[in-house]
Amino acid sequence: MPIETAPGLEAGVLLASILFCLGLAGLMMRRNVIFMLMSVEICTNAAALMFVVAGAHWGNADGQVMFIFVVTLAAAEVAIALALVLQFYHRKHTVDIDQLNELRG
Amino acid sequence: MNFIFYITAAIAVAATTMVIFHRNAVHALLYLVTSLLAIAVIFYQFGAPLAAALEVIIYAGAIMVLIIFVIMMLNQGDSTVVQEQAWLQPRTWIGPALLSALLLVQLILLVSNGQISSTQTFHYIGPKQVGIALFSHYVLAVELASMLLLAGLVGAFHLARRKKINPGESSNAN
Amino acid sequence: MQGLLAWVPLLPLIGFLTLVAFPLFNRHEPSQRTVACIGVGSIGIAALFTAIVAISVFWKNPSEIVNIALWQWMLVDNLELGFNFYIDWLTLVMLMVITGVGFLIHLYSVGYMREDADFRRYFAYLNLFVCAMLILVMADNLVLLYLGWEGVGLCSYLLIGFWYKEPANGAAAQKAFIVTRIGDTAMAIGLFLLFYEFSTLNIPQLTAAIDGPDINNEVVTVACLLLLGGAVGKSAQLPLQTWLPDAMAGPTPVSALIHAATMVTAGVYLIARMHPLYLLSETAMTTVAFVGALTLLLAGFSAIAQSDIKRVLAYSTISQIGYMFLALGVGAWSGAIFHLITHAFFKALLFLSAGSVILSLHHEQNIFSMGGLYRKIPLTFICFTIGCACLAALPFTSGFYSKDHILLSAWEFHQGINILWLAGILGALVTGIYSFRVLFLVFLGREGSASSHCNDANTPVMTIPLCILALLAMIGGLLAPPLQAVFGSRPDEDHSAWIEGVAIAMPLIGLAIAWKLFIYQKKSGEKRSSIMQFWFSGWGFDWLYEHLLVKPFKSLAKINHNDIIDNLYKGTAALSRQLNALLSSSQNGQVRWYLATFAVGSVLFLALLVAL
Repeated sequence: MPIETAPGLEAGVLLASILFCLGLAGLMMRRNVIFMLMSVEICTNAAALMFVVAGAHWGNADGQVMFIFVVTLAAAEVAIALALVLQFYHRKHTVDIDQLNELRG
Repeated sequence: MNFIFYITAAIAVAATTMVIFHRNAVHALLYLVTSLLAIAVIFYQFGAPLAAALEVIIYAGAIMVLIIFVIMMLNQGDSTVVQEQAWLQPRTWIGPALLSALLLVQLILLVSNGQISSTQTFHYIGPKQVGIALFSHYVLAVELASMLLLAGLVGAFHLARRKKINPGESSNAN
Repeated sequence: MQGLLAWVPLLPLIGFLTLVAFPLFNRHEPSQRTVACIGVGSIGIAALFTAIVAISVFWKNPSEIVNIALWQWMLVDNLELGFNFYIDWLTLVMLMVITGVGFLIHLYSVGYMREDADFRRYFAYLNLFVCAMLILVMADNLVLLYLGWEGVGLCSYLLIGFWYKEPANGAAAQKAFIVTRIGDTAMAIGLFLLFYEFSTLNIPQLTAAIDGPDINNEVVTVACLLLLGGAVGKSAQLPLQTWLPDAMAGPTPVSALIHAATMVTAGVYLIARMHPLYLLSETAMTTVAFVGALTLLLAGFSAIAQSDIKRVLAYSTISQIGYMFLALGVGAWSGAIFHLITHAFFKALLFLSAGSVILSLHHEQNIFSMGGLYRKIPLTFICFTIGCACLAALPFTSGFYSKDHILLSAWEFHQGINILWLAGILGALVTGIYSFRVLFLVFLGREGSASSHCNDANTPVMTIPLCILALLAMIGGLLAPPLQAVFGSRPDEDHSAWIEGVAIAMPLIGLAIAWKLFIYQKKSGEKRSSIMQFWFSGWGFDWLYEHLLVKPFKSLAKINHNDIIDNLYKGTAALSRQLNALLSSSQNGQVRWYLATFAVGSVLFLALLVAL
């Protein structure tokens, strides 16, 4: 059933873009791994928003199906990432990502 | 009803901005939860109630709690705030901020240039439709997602174990 | 019977391998007697086999041809080369010279080298040389011939530098090797050209192929000239003659065997073997004749000015091979081969006599410090005199018959007085002068500084070969080989007596001049007139090549000291390393840096989309 009162597609896409860029900026500017993880969540969430908006626009269930997969992915990713953060903290006693530069050329 | 969308969108953007600039991890996390809740409202407005519910339950609930746990386990205390203060100088964030702003401008340009269909009608898609799509057309993807979660589970368990770094160190293996 | 011929080159090879492999089986150095038995015996048996085959197979039948196919060497597309021998009378003559004279020189070497520590090495090289030389003359295809050709070049190098502890000897060996290499390269190109044109390098097939109707004469001319280049290098003819005088650094029997009797005549053999090809090209024939005429004169005059007994003989060798080339150039093939044989006899005799002199005077080679030796070493004096008489072509010696043959052929070639004949006649005069000059200076006159402590070093193993060679040099004129079957017969013409008279008179006049000029001259020999100095330096060819080729090459090499081409590759390597450093500095391990790179990439990509 169509919803006449919904805001425009552009508005949804715009919001998703803004959120994604904010997440990206946070990812680049923070050195704390926890904050970086949060920024990754923002990015993922922006992408999920994009799926849902597009799905609603085309009247298709695929958008929400993809949202569910994105959430699944985010859950798995966060679980692994947090485990890594813990290991990192145990070994280095810091959460500074710049300390993790041993894989340099 | 459009103004509700704009208000929630504004809340989401503001809360997200706070997340990336805040110095206290727990506060930042609370702002992130706020942002997620705002997006859940937007989902609802776009006629996706299931997505809205999952956003609240899994994202704002489960995943954020996971992060909270880790913050608590690290237990860095007040020193983190000072540390973050030191790390978050303007010269550190101005570059990434400009880069992201540039990206945003480009995205906006692309969106405004795109020929989007003039029919601005949105469709309500209920949980039933999503469920049918999920377990008929996407059933293989669901199985793959389950594998992913299993892998995540095993991986997280393995990685989070505290191994003996030095033979002399008597930390208990978990 | 014919199968024995396959053993002829094999025996010296076995001798060489045995001598080389000796330390593998026995910790002690073998006695000189053992080495001599192996080294001389292998050649002796080879000579015996050759003689048996010559008497039993070839004697009665001048057109006899023996083919011996040993094994296939290579088969590439339509190039089929066998390790096959082809023996006709020409080859047989060469075989007899190589094994016969070679055996005598080997025998002589036992005496000459008796005090040398490297006795075994000497005989190993010598045996290898004989093997290579035999392959050269017996080969039925030009590639196998080339194998022998390079083999003798290698042995020549090894033996010139035999006393390698003296740097000058090593330099002489290198010079010989490099200069002949120039000719060898030309020859190799000639072989490629022949194969390209005729699709075969088998000598009988090649000579058959050129009878065909559509023969490109220009290609044949170029191929002949290239082969001549090889022959000129090997036979020390103009302009590649400079290596032979320096090659006298080797032991004297080596000079006798390699640089007088056999190897240097390989060029003559090559052209004689390929004569059907040369007959097609008048240009090539004329070139051969003029190379020979010019060389015999230049070398003859150089020989007059030399002070080292061996260098005199070296220049005389160049000069005599010049006669052979002259004969080849005027189509007197059998005359050239006849002179080759007699030259092998008397020049080996001269070298071995000179060796006796040198050994008796404790390695003194300067003829101006000799003199009056006829009383002290009379046998050597007699042998040397016979050799000089043959060399100067006094009547009834072997050299007279062969040289007379050549001069008559040169006369016939143009039916009268011509420049080639005049060169030959003048050469005969010069030959008379230098050969008797050295004889007088060494054996007659007052005693020189070195003569006083002369003691006869001849042993029976040295005197026996000397006597045999002296005999051969005397009667060699009667041994003209029946080569008509190989070269075709030429009608004999009657010549007016005065031509013969001139040919007989010239050496005698030379003898008289030599007597006049040198017997009473001062012994010092220090003051040379400028023309003599010029001749002494071999017409300045060494100087010319030094300034024309060696010095520019060295300066070029100096410019290219750091190897320009190599720098190109080094530069590539350095560039790669710089790029690597550049790129690896971007791999700094900073996750946020990588992220920023991601972001910049995305921005650029989107900018492209926006712009489009």
